[in-house]
Amino acid sequence: MTPRNFLVRGLLAGFLAGIFAFAVSYTVGEPQVDAAIAVEEAGTAAAPADAAPADDGHTHSHSHDEGGTVVSRDNQSTWGLATGIFAVSTAFGGVVGLISAFAVGRLGRLRPSQSTAVIALLGFVAAWLVPFTKYPATPPAVGNEDTLADRTLYYFTIQAVSILAMIGVVLLARRLLSGLGTYRTLLVCGGTFLAIVVVTGLLLPTVNEIGTFPGDTLWYFRRASLMTNLTLWAALGIILAGLVGRLYEQETAKTARRDLAASL
Amino acid sequence: MSQAVASPEVEIPTIPVAQLAPWAAFVFLIAAIVLFFISADQGIVSIPSGNAVHEWVHDGRHLLGFPCH
Repeated sequence: MTPRNFLVRGLLAGFLAGIFAFAVSYTVGEPQVDAAIAVEEAGTAAAPADAAPADDGHTHSHSHDEGGTVVSRDNQSTWGLATGIFAVSTAFGGVVGLISAFAVGRLGRLRPSQSTAVIALLGFVAAWLVPFTKYPATPPAVGNEDTLADRTLYYFTIQAVSILAMIGVVLLARRLLSGLGTYRTLLVCGGTFLAIVVVTGLLLPTVNEIGTFPGDTLWYFRRASLMTNLTLWAALGIILAGLVGRLYEQETAKTARRDLAASL
Repeated sequence: MSQAVASPEVEIPTIPVAQLAPWAAFVFLIAAIVLFFISADQGIVSIPSGNAVHEWVHDGRHLLGFPCH
């Protein structure tokens, strides 16, 4: 069990998770992105100042900065989407792999595959689910360009607080475990984490720039975003837990053989 | 309490922090750079200037849940 073992397996699990996440985002998410862009273009066409010719939503470029680089919708929804998903999933894989390396043997009596699965689950909650709960994903056509700086700051603020709080309560749990036992430790640490992120969520401003955007498309888009990220983290956790479990079995068998040989 | 219960269990080896630290520092740094380009580049900060990166990863940025525009 070395950091290298875990990094290699983390990157591999992340890349493989990207395949699943891309499949979900392409089949479930892209139709909703297209639907949102259709709403956006209908809104633009209705505006008297900008009478753009009606274009097929699938081939029309979705650009926000007139005169800038234009990437066709066909490229955005395939290679562009794949770039984003695979880069993020592989990066998360490496990070989760190394955090799992730290967690081995340090989370109560959990076996390496179990502690790895716990790290992936906590990572999903801290890095994505909490920020999403306060600032859910928005489709194209929702969101005011002028408030992007504020919204970006808010999103990464709650994400940073959530991740730091999670690290804090896991370290706290390690101290409490021997004295309080598993059940009480989980109550105290889960409650502390919840209290920190709820208070942070209440302190941060609420963003509502939905306007007249259709509610069903918004929900379908957000559901697709949830499915994409859930797939990414679940696949990452399941694959990495499997790889780490196998690694541990191999190491254990090697040690057992060495002990046997030494005893002869 | 846990000592008495844990004694028959196989001791799970830990990886020393000193051995992990350089790997973690390097990988977290690379991951932060990758995440910046996918999640936030050419939103409020642009490296390089223009909108090519933003446009290319546009759909991923929306579906992964980052603030886009």
